[in-house]
Amino acid sequence: MHEAHEALILHSQVLWLIPVFPLLGFLIAVAANNSHGLVKITSPLAVLASFAVALASVLSLTGADEGARLYQHVYTWIVAGPFRADIAFRIDALSAVMVLIVTGVGFLIHVYSVGYMGHDHDCARFFAYLNLFMFSMLLLVLGDNLLVLFVGWEGVGLCSYLLIGFWYEKDENAAAGKKAFIVNRVGDMGFVLGLFLLTWSLAPAAGGALSLDFAHVEAHAHTLAPATATVIALLLLVGAAGKSAQLPLYVWLPDAMAGPTPVSALIHAATMVTAGIYMIARLHVVFEMSPTALQVVATLGALTALFAATIALVQTDIKKVLAYSTVSQLGFMVLALGVGAFATAIFHVMTHAFFKALLFLGAGSVIHGMSGEQDVQKMGGLRTKMPVTFWTFLVGTLAIAGAPGLAGFFSKDEILWHTWSSGHTVLWLIATITATLTAFYMFRLLFLTFFGDLRADHDVAHHVHESPAVMTIPLVILAALSIVGGWVGLPEHWLWGNKLGEFLAPVTGHPHAAEHAGMLGEGALMAIATTLAIAGATLAYVFYIRLPGLPMVLSWRLRGIYELLRDKYRVDELYDAIIVTPYVWLSTMLWKVVDVQLIDGFVNGLAGAVAANGTLWRRAQTGNVQHYALAFLGGVVLILAYYVIR
Amino acid sequence: MIVPTEWVLMLSAVLFAIGVVGVLVRRNIIVIFMAIELMLNAVNLTFVALARSRGAVDGQVVVFFVMTVAAAEAAVGLAIIIASFRNRTTVNADELALLRG
Repeated sequence: MHEAHEALILHSQVLWLIPVFPLLGFLIAVAANNSHGLVKITSPLAVLASFAVALASVLSLTGADEGARLYQHVYTWIVAGPFRADIAFRIDALSAVMVLIVTGVGFLIHVYSVGYMGHDHDCARFFAYLNLFMFSMLLLVLGDNLLVLFVGWEGVGLCSYLLIGFWYEKDENAAAGKKAFIVNRVGDMGFVLGLFLLTWSLAPAAGGALSLDFAHVEAHAHTLAPATATVIALLLLVGAAGKSAQLPLYVWLPDAMAGPTPVSALIHAATMVTAGIYMIARLHVVFEMSPTALQVVATLGALTALFAATIALVQTDIKKVLAYSTVSQLGFMVLALGVGAFATAIFHVMTHAFFKALLFLGAGSVIHGMSGEQDVQKMGGLRTKMPVTFWTFLVGTLAIAGAPGLAGFFSKDEILWHTWSSGHTVLWLIATITATLTAFYMFRLLFLTFFGDLRADHDVAHHVHESPAVMTIPLVILAALSIVGGWVGLPEHWLWGNKLGEFLAPVTGHPHAAEHAGMLGEGALMAIATTLAIAGATLAYVFYIRLPGLPMVLSWRLRGIYELLRDKYRVDELYDAIIVTPYVWLSTMLWKVVDVQLIDGFVNGLAGAVAANGTLWRRAQTGNVQHYALAFLGGVVLILAYYVIR
Repeated sequence: MIVPTEWVLMLSAVLFAIGVVGVLVRRNIIVIFMAIELMLNAVNLTFVALARSRGAVDGQVVVFFVMTVAAAEAAVGLAIIIASFRNRTTVNADELALLRG
């Protein structure tokens, strides 16, 4: 079986260049001086070069046989007994989609950053981190084995931490960075344990060989016992939940908005947070061995989607709304993974990368124009003052809300369809409600920001301006992608059908045939979802344009629920109470009792005993030679006495 | 007339004991120094007495070494005492106790 696939491996000599270009950009930015504009050219250029190489590689792949993949062995990393790991890269259909998203959207965000961060006194450091992130992310999606993926996985986590705390002068930014890092450690612990168990469990079937190559995993995963597969899958899910911000580890993502907005767009919306989705899609053979684990994945995704969407309803910080929206959309992707529609999850990763990057960059443009204001209650009426931002933001809102024909419409409806047709009626209901809420909170955000009257201070209002072209052009390109990006994944039998699904099928497998199509076809589901999305948008229109007093009345009448949502279900407070506080108490105890009193007490006590002994015996050291001479004499007498008496 | 070796050894022991007592009880370091010389010479006397009684010259050779070294020791020792006296204006051993713990 292994040999049959050998013919499909096309050896490439250029794959290593894709991650290396951003690494070079990183090194240049590290060496560069903040004052001159070199990094503003080299950093985006490095990513553009990666994109060009990636695009050329992917195009060379499309002409090959179905299921072919590009492969480059760079370096034999570890050989230890039966264990072997290489630095090797691959581009198959799944990596191809991811690498194009990462480099393409990444390049646009780099260009945007030149405008957004160009005036920051530390912009060389910013671009250094950003390029280092690109390097790590490309290792993650290009790696041919789980170890290279893991190196990238940790690398993006590090860059995420560095960039969230980029403005480290403010304590809360630094704290948000630490929170992201620590919460991700919890997830990574599960991920690492999953990897160990996976490697170890595959060994018997592979004649004792220990390997983390994807080909190895794919070839032998079917030999896993169901219980083992369940444990491995759930451990990997813990890792994915950390990285992709699922319940209960999502808490770091909203706080991560402390970083500069392009970072939120690149890392915390378009690329890094989808690493968990990519990892599960990549290891779908393992997850498919355990229906239980898939059920857990689907349920977790649906619950996260609904949970985050409800919080997003009442948030007033423009970036917080988008952050919870991201958590919610990631929940959709995890739901798709859980119902076995792996290609659909990747499809949603792609469309989400387009419209969520667009929305974040649009929000950044608004914040830029509003002199740093992020509270939507102080915005309004920006439609005329920032026309490009407005129109592109509108496109992003329509795309995420699922307006027919736009990117989010096709990917989201495909998720709903697969959820329904695989028999998860309850999860489908949750997802549909979430989609409705999505339309509501996104239009609420749009109306509060761009319609009505400007509610800012006079000073801020006076300075409101459209962003420069270097920022608006990426917005326009992303808006175009948000419009047409969904057309690669049309439902079956429509025009050219699901091209992306067919492209990914050799890697992710074909989704299960619709067993539960029942009375409702895909078209009917689409109609339901679209109607509900329009209802959500209309409700937002009524609330925030027609009857602007209504939300206040409602929030007063339903203040219990309103305050619970506004306080994000008080999950942070709960974690504080059950984890952070006991942990701090334990640490303080270990510090003040075990360390200071026991360990230091023992060491200092030993030293004190020696000192006391010395104090006693120093009396013998009189400094008087005659006393010493007497001691000599005594010694001589004793020795002589010994010889005489003996 | 020939003095018996035992008598010489006894004299040597008495001289040595006087030297030891001098080192231990006198306060003036010059006297202590002289007492040390006395101990050295008591030992020398032992060497020559035994050398004669055994009819061997080894003991006499050692005595020459001891005398040479004692001469050098006297020069260095007196120089140290003089230097110490210049700094401390005392030759009292009780007052020269800088190394008291």
